[in-house]
Amino acid sequence: MALPQRKTDVGPPNFEQFLPPVIKKNYGKWKYHEVITPGSMVHVAESGDKLWTVRVASPRLLATDTIREHCDIAEKYCDGHLRYTTRNNVEFLVSDEKKLEPLKKELKDRGFKMGGIGAGITNVVHTQGWVHCHGACTDASGLVKAMMDELFEYFESKRLPNKVRLAVACCVNMCGAVHCSDIAVVAVHTKVPTVKHEDFKNMCELPTVIGSCPTRAISPDPANKSVKINAEKCMYCGNCFTVCPPISIKDPERDGVAIVVGGKINSLRSNPKFSKLVIPYISNEPPRWPKAVAAIKHIVEVYALHARKHERIGEWIERIGWEKFFKLTNIDFTFQCIDDFTFMRDTMRTASTFKW
Amino acid sequence: MKKYNTPLIDQLEKGPWPSFVTEMKKAAKNNEMANDALGHLEKCYSTKVGYWKHGGIVGVLGYGGGVIGRYSEIGNEFPGVAHFHTVRINQPSGFFYTSKALKEICDIWDKYGSGLTNVHGSTGDLVLLGTKTEALEPIFAEYSSRGWDLGGSGSALRTPSCCVGPGRCEWTNYDTLGLTYALTQEFQDELHRPTFSYKFKIKSSGCACDCVAALARADLSIIGTWKGDIKIDQNEVKNYAKTMDINAEVVSMCPTQCMSYDGKELKIDNPECNRCMHCITRMTKALKPSGERGATLCMGSKAPIVVGSLLSWVIVPFIKLEPPYTELKDLIRKIWDWWDENAKPRERIGEVIEMKGMRSFLEAIGVEPQPQQIREPRKDPFMFYTDADVESYKAKEAEEKKTGKYRF
Repeated sequence: MALPQRKTDVGPPNFEQFLPPVIKKNYGKWKYHEVITPGSMVHVAESGDKLWTVRVASPRLLATDTIREHCDIAEKYCDGHLRYTTRNNVEFLVSDEKKLEPLKKELKDRGFKMGGIGAGITNVVHTQGWVHCHGACTDASGLVKAMMDELFEYFESKRLPNKVRLAVACCVNMCGAVHCSDIAVVAVHTKVPTVKHEDFKNMCELPTVIGSCPTRAISPDPANKSVKINAEKCMYCGNCFTVCPPISIKDPERDGVAIVVGGKINSLRSNPKFSKLVIPYISNEPPRWPKAVAAIKHIVEVYALHARKHERIGEWIERIGWEKFFKLTNIDFTFQCIDDFTFMRDTMRTASTFKW
Repeated sequence: MKKYNTPLIDQLEKGPWPSFVTEMKKAAKNNEMANDALGHLEKCYSTKVGYWKHGGIVGVLGYGGGVIGRYSEIGNEFPGVAHFHTVRINQPSGFFYTSKALKEICDIWDKYGSGLTNVHGSTGDLVLLGTKTEALEPIFAEYSSRGWDLGGSGSALRTPSCCVGPGRCEWTNYDTLGLTYALTQEFQDELHRPTFSYKFKIKSSGCACDCVAALARADLSIIGTWKGDIKIDQNEVKNYAKTMDINAEVVSMCPTQCMSYDGKELKIDNPECNRCMHCITRMTKALKPSGERGATLCMGSKAPIVVGSLLSWVIVPFIKLEPPYTELKDLIRKIWDWWDENAKPRERIGEVIEMKGMRSFLEAIGVEPQPQQIREPRKDPFMFYTDADVESYKAKEAEEKKTGKYRF
C-alpha cells in the first residue's frame, strides 16, 4: 500500500480533542479534590460535576499490547479517555460514578497496581540505562523495578509524613529531575578514562573535547595528535566520552551507584532544593542491586520514624541538621560528602552550633 | 526466531511492581527487534557494561531532530538491534489521549518498529524505542499524515511540556495546556531544525507545586502564581478542624508566619504571604487565591553537566498569560537572540547568564532589576559601574539638592 503524504511542522495534535466531556465542560473551573484511596481521587467542579481518577503503576517501558490493554479498559469504563502522568503512571478518567468500583475490580483482576497518590511513594522518574543509552553505567529500569518491589507497600497503602519522590539516573548526565529528588540513585564512574589515540584525530574535535571538561583535566597531546587526561584533576564525569567516542570510561568492576537525598521541586513551606550526597559508592549489582535498595529503604524508614507530618526528607534533615541525619541513619560520613567541586563555599559550616 | 536464555533479567519479573522485562518479552513474542533487545539487555546484565554506540546522525528529510540514532557495538550478535533508533512523538499537552488515538499510534509502531515504547520519556515525548534507518521516512509519513509530529532533540527547542493544569486541577493560575500547545505550534521551526548552541527546554506548571518539575529541569520554567488575597471559607475551615490540627499542620508550617487560628477563625495577613501553596494544598476546600492570575518566569535550570546543577532563577516576577501570549513569545525570541550571540557550543542559557552576568542578560531582554529576582544582594564589593550608572546617581543627587530631600 502506498504511503500517505507526509506533512511537516504540524506540531502535536490539539489536546482539546482528547479531553473527556466533563473536562471540556469544567475546564479551569475545578473547585476541589479529595483523595479517596492511594489509587483514586475525585475532582469536583464549581458546577457540581465530578471526575474520578484511578491511578495505576507503569514500568514506563511498555509494549504496544499493554497500551492497547489500557485502551480497552478505558473504552469499557471511561468512554475511551485516559492520560499518563509526569511520573509515568496511567490514569483512567471516570465520569460515571457507577463505573468506578467495577473499573477498580477489573484492574485488580488483571493484575494492575493502583496507588501513588498522596503521602507515599509513587512511580520513579528515571533514565534509559542499558536498555537504550550509550552512556549508561548501570541499568535504570532494573534499579527502579528492584526499588519499587521493596517499597511497594508505600505505593499501594502505607503512608509517610509526606511524599517521597524517587529517581534514578544511569550516569551523571541525569536526564530527568534526579538532582532535586527526595532520594535518588545516580550511577557513577570512578576511574580516569582512557584515550584511543589512533582514532582521536578522525573522530573528535580538539577544542570541543578540551572544553567539555569541567575540571580542566584535558590538555593537547601533540605527539599523538590526541589529548591527555590529568588523573589528579579528573572527576570521571564522562562528558569527554560523550563528545568523543575514542575516549572510554566504562569499567564493569569500578562503575557503581551513589545515593543522594533531601531534594525537592515544589515551593511548599520551603524553597526547592538539590539532593545531597550521603552514600558515595555502592557496587553495581545487577539484576537486583540489593545493597542500593536496602540503603534506600533504610533512609525511608528512618525518615518515617523521625520526621514531622508534612515534612519532606530535605525539610526534616534541615530541621534536625545533617550531622543528626548521619547519626540517625548510621551512614558513614566520607570525604566525598564534602564538596570540592563548585559548591564548597556554600556548603561548609561556619558556626560552632552543631549537635554531637 | 532465536529464543534467548535470560536468567538474570528474568529475576526482574518477580515482585509486585510491574516489570519492564515482562513488557519486553510481550513485544518480543512477535517482533525480532524486541527479541534481540532482550538478548542484548541480558548480555549487559551479565557483563555489567552497555553496548550502545554514540548516537549517529539519522532523521527525516527537512528535520534536524526528533530521531535519536542508536547502533549496537555487537550488532553481529544481535542483528535486530544493529540499528535501534528512537523516534520521539510530540505528546499532546497534559498527556491526554483517547483510546482511538493511542491504538493508532500502536498500530503504526508495530508495523515499522520494535513495539517497545516509553510512555513517556523524561522530556515529555511519547518515545518509540527502536527502529531501522529505512523505516524512518515511512514512520514519519504515517504519523504526520494523521496529525502527529516529531518532538525535539539535539541543539534545538525541546518538546515543551506541562502539568495537568485547568484540565483537572483547582490550583492552576493559567492555562498550562493551552500555553504549551500555543508555544509548541509557534516555535515549530526552532523545534525541528536545531540552530541553537545547545538544548532549550520550556516547562509550564500551574502553581508552586510544580508537578512537571519545571524549576529543576527547564531553561525556561513558567510557574503559575497570583497577586491577590487568599479567600477563606470559614465554614470549610470548621469542617477541616474536625479532622485536622489546623495550628500544627497549617499555621505553624507557614514559612512567613502570616496565618493565625484561634480555634474559631482562620486569618491570613495577605501582604506577608509568599504564595508557597502549603496551606492551600492542606485545606483546598477552604482556601482559594483571588485577584490577578499569571506566572513567574524563571530561567536557567539544568542537570550537573558541565559545571554543576542549576535551579532556575527568577527573571520576571509576574507576567499575565493569556492567548495569544504575544508578550511571552516576544520575550522568548529576545532571550534566544541574546543566547545565540553569546553562547559557545554546548552552553545552556543558565551557564551563559553566569558567564556574561545577569545584567547583560536582563538588559538585553528589557527586564528591570527587582528584589524579587534575588535571595540576597551581592556580598562582595567588586562591581561594574558604567559611566551612565554614575551619571544617573549624580543626577539623582543634583535633584536632591534642589528638593532638599534624599532619595536613596
